[in-house]
Amino acid sequence: MSMTTPSTVRQLPQAEWGRVRPSRRTADKAMKLIATGFTFLAIFVLFWILGMLIVKGVGGLSLATFTQVTPGPGSEGGGLANAIVGSIVLTFLGIAVATPIGVLAGTYLAEYGKGSQLANLIRFINDILLSAPSILIGLFVYVILVEPFRGYSGWAGGVALGIIAIPVIVRTTEDMLRLVPGPLREAGAALGAPPSVVITSVTWRAAKSGMVTGILLALARIAGETAPLIFTALNNNFWFSPTLSGGVSNLPVTIYQFASAPYENWQQLAWAGSLIITVSILLLSLIARRIVRGSK
Amino acid sequence: MTAVTQTMPAAPLRKTPKGTFDLVFRNASFLAALFVLVLLAGIMLSMVIGGWPAFREFGFGFITSSVWDTQNDQYGAWPAIVGTLSTALIALVIGVPLSLGIAVYLTQLAPPWFKQPVATAIELLAAVPSIIYGMWGLFVFVPLFAAYVQVPLSNIVEGLPLVGTVLYSRSPSGLGIFTAGIILAFMIIPFIASITRDMLEQIPSVLRESAYGIGATTWEVVRHVLVPQAGVSIIGAVMLGLGRALGETMAVTFVVGNANRLSASILDPGSTIASRIANEFNEALGLQLNALIALGCILFFVTFVVLVIARILVSRVKSY
Repeated sequence: MSMTTPSTVRQLPQAEWGRVRPSRRTADKAMKLIATGFTFLAIFVLFWILGMLIVKGVGGLSLATFTQVTPGPGSEGGGLANAIVGSIVLTFLGIAVATPIGVLAGTYLAEYGKGSQLANLIRFINDILLSAPSILIGLFVYVILVEPFRGYSGWAGGVALGIIAIPVIVRTTEDMLRLVPGPLREAGAALGAPPSVVITSVTWRAAKSGMVTGILLALARIAGETAPLIFTALNNNFWFSPTLSGGVSNLPVTIYQFASAPYENWQQLAWAGSLIITVSILLLSLIARRIVRGSK
Repeated sequence: MTAVTQTMPAAPLRKTPKGTFDLVFRNASFLAALFVLVLLAGIMLSMVIGGWPAFREFGFGFITSSVWDTQNDQYGAWPAIVGTLSTALIALVIGVPLSLGIAVYLTQLAPPWFKQPVATAIELLAAVPSIIYGMWGLFVFVPLFAAYVQVPLSNIVEGLPLVGTVLYSRSPSGLGIFTAGIILAFMIIPFIASITRDMLEQIPSVLRESAYGIGATTWEVVRHVLVPQAGVSIIGAVMLGLGRALGETMAVTFVVGNANRLSASILDPGSTIASRIANEFNEALGLQLNALIALGCILFFVTFVVLVIARILVSRVKSY
């Protein structure tokens, strides 16, 4: 039963194979082969990159990688501890900046602004920001936060990452809120709750897992961003100061600076850092995907 | 029953504390939404203001000049603009057929149990950070490309008219505009492929079935039914990929070679707007800094136009 239903459409031309002109048959076969080949080529590249990271990165992973700070030029050994912690701090700073703004803006688009011209414009601009080059966000934050205050800082880095995360969160929040059925809101309103209470305790609650997914995706998006950090948080070989003033060491910029340097321990650390960051981001993306599929 | 009657008198209370919260919440969400507009306006303004000294100094010549001389403070954007456009174009020429093939495979050919893992793998290509593509490109792809493509190709085309210029590499290092284009192609595939797949899936299956009904092969269905139906949005998806390719920074910086001059060969090193900003920004002072922000300004307006067109094309079709 279940075997026959989905295949009826596709099997018809094959059943009539004899009548299909050979040239058409060849074109069809060629296309199928090419499409399949292209798909496997793309998958092959993904595994090629992952394989390369494992082969070159695993050798650099040791206890020292996670406990020692990044070495200066020409000095022996060293680890990535300050860069890892710095990256985590900057990424969460970015998410902390982006989450309230993104969630509220997404809520406005889905609940209050629904059909209005302004909401349509904001949605459109948000989509543009979603794919705007991240290097421009870095330049923007440089112009508004680094140049006027005469110095690179962790705050500027966090803000730059936050600006990249905002459109991701706006988009997913709006999409998830739109999936919440209207009668749920009506039921809330019928109990006498004002719109804000209906949104915060009914709609948000119903869309919670989807909204969390959006935040996770934003996290995955900004965790590996390098270009905006070059102009904002920069990098150094020390632990960052608690005030986050001055450069804050982070993994992406460390990888960028260490990868093509002439010191062997730097290169080794760059590969270890690449492995750490890529595996974390891929895991984050997979978890986010799993949550979305579970909630549907 | 009793519970309902008991809660009724509480209704008049609504006016006071909940009323203020309602107002605050509504306005807060409105302001947050407005912030998105402010962001875009801010980026636009800061680029124009930051780049203004360079535009004023060199005028229109900033775009057309090929000189980039930090000693004498002379700056021209032309090589970077050409590099940006040519890497993006190469990325599209390679990436678009690959993406369409993947979308066709995912919607028409893959066995049902295999679709999800393949789709996830393709989407994970988008999750790999740009800098990792750069390292893969520089340390793995570039040596292979130099040895197995550039050297033999240069030997073949040497001395030929036109191709002997465009495809000949003077020093086959593997770095260059073409290499950057190939890496970019793999970076934009997930975006184009996933949008195209969504569009193909939205096409009513009646259309496909009727084509199969009159004896069309799978290829003919794709070619004559699916592609014309999704055509506009596929172009939108391609433009979206173009927008990504134009602004991509780290991967390109690693493999493009970072040469400031213009070369007629796509196998020679060059630079893009983004790679030049990433390379020079931290050592730049004064007018050079303004010139780099002015480059950013040009990049902003080019990607903005491309992305606006892309979004219009993609969104229109999505709403049917």
